[in-house]
Amino acid sequence: MRRLLVIGAGTAGVITVNKLRKKLPRSEWEITVVDPADTHDYQPGYLFLAVGMYTPKKVGRPLAKLIPRGVNLVKAAVQDVKPAENVVVLTDGTVLAYDYLVIATGTTPRPDQTPGMDGKLWHDSVHSFYTYADALALRDKLEKFEGGKVVVHVTEMPIKCPVAPLEIAFLAEAYFTKRGIRDKVQMTYVTPLPGAFTKPVAAAALGDMLGKRRITVEPDYIIERVDEDAKAIFSYDEREIPFDLLVTIPLNMGADFIGRSGLGDELNFVSVNKETLQSTKFANVFAVGDATNAPTSKAGAVAHYELDLFPKNFLQLIAGKEMTHKFDGHATCFVESGHGKGLLIDFSYDVEPLPGSFPIPVLGPMRLLKETRLNHLGKLAFRFVYWWLLLPGRYIPISPYMSMRGKRRPAGN
Amino acid sequence: MPTQDMLGREVHVDDEGFLTEYDEWDEKLGAELAKNIGVAMTDEHWKVITFLRTDYKSQGTTATTRRVDAVGGFPVKLQFQLFPAKPAKKMAYIAGLPKPAGCV
Repeated sequence: MRRLLVIGAGTAGVITVNKLRKKLPRSEWEITVVDPADTHDYQPGYLFLAVGMYTPKKVGRPLAKLIPRGVNLVKAAVQDVKPAENVVVLTDGTVLAYDYLVIATGTTPRPDQTPGMDGKLWHDSVHSFYTYADALALRDKLEKFEGGKVVVHVTEMPIKCPVAPLEIAFLAEAYFTKRGIRDKVQMTYVTPLPGAFTKPVAAAALGDMLGKRRITVEPDYIIERVDEDAKAIFSYDEREIPFDLLVTIPLNMGADFIGRSGLGDELNFVSVNKETLQSTKFANVFAVGDATNAPTSKAGAVAHYELDLFPKNFLQLIAGKEMTHKFDGHATCFVESGHGKGLLIDFSYDVEPLPGSFPIPVLGPMRLLKETRLNHLGKLAFRFVYWWLLLPGRYIPISPYMSMRGKRRPAGN
Repeated sequence: MPTQDMLGREVHVDDEGFLTEYDEWDEKLGAELAKNIGVAMTDEHWKVITFLRTDYKSQGTTATTRRVDAVGGFPVKLQFQLFPAKPAKKMAYIAGLPKPAGCV
């Protein structure tokens, strides 16, 4: 009996076990997935939860229901991975041996890594929305908010869902407008990037959208600390930005056990070959989803595309063949822009987000990099796709590879 | 890729003037690049630049400010003092390395 061990039952981990259980004969392969959680959350829902568009009921489902028959679900947290010995040690001391290991422990917001961030102001005037608890706390804060300085802040790249900070800025702006207090709120978007987004064409379009909503952009901002008494953030180059409400995206890091295992980089993301997702150190170790250091977005769509390819590569590997399904960094993201509209962006390692159209069967074609009602509806509809098609590993008629079909490069770019 | 004449040599650069060929760089060129952006090089500056060069050779990507801190041992605060306002960009420029990839 050969043993495949998967750590983490988030988006990437659940798709992995669903797809591989179908491909690997039960008589030859034992599959185990380890995760401490009882509930699996639809994480894009946190954003909607924070601005009161979703109720908590819409966000989570019991994890056990998402794991197929024939896969052992071990409810536990991992203490250490010892890749040289092919074992994983759980926090209760249990040792699990494996022949192949897939790390899918994602990325975790770490407010503890910035001085003053998770101190006495945390969940008071300093908020975030990347966990269920954070999203609920922000919702309660926004409900009572009567005006003042709102700062949406990104600590450092990479972060999970790099468009989410823009979305929370757009949605909060729409929320304040709806409540009739927009004129009492000054909004600032603070980013370590030189502009609103990472790549020039999208940065220009998204920057315009912030401008139209009277949201000031503070670029190239590397935070040093949150000053709890002054209620302000300070950058390494001494720029002080005061706030009444700080909505921050803390530093993102991979699991601490990855750092201890020697498999990771300085942020504990697993060093992988970006095309095959194989560890650069051990040939029987892979990472999927946000847990890798692949230079693409940390997002569910990336996990989706990776896992259209990874199971095929895995079957080749165990058959002693070369892995030929090379991942191109493809990512597709809906961006909520408030007032019932949204954008869609589609890109890869080599191609930045461009305007044009994107073929989606039935719903589409969707407009790229342009605010439309249909893109918003697409984002809402995606929740059903997520639970009923994506996680169970069913076929979704969208290519894992980025295509230039329908895309246009604006003049001068 | 465009080329540029520097110190009587032709070097390959991108649209923002970052060197694109690792081996076309040497310390003399580094000093010239530093002068272009108004950085007066000291021993401390050179230590950081040497780390970036060495790290690039082994990693294949330009180190981020976090990596220069965590692996190189040069605190971010110091990086800002040595290369004011935009340390990541300035360090890469002087070291003749690609601009650090804006992560997506």
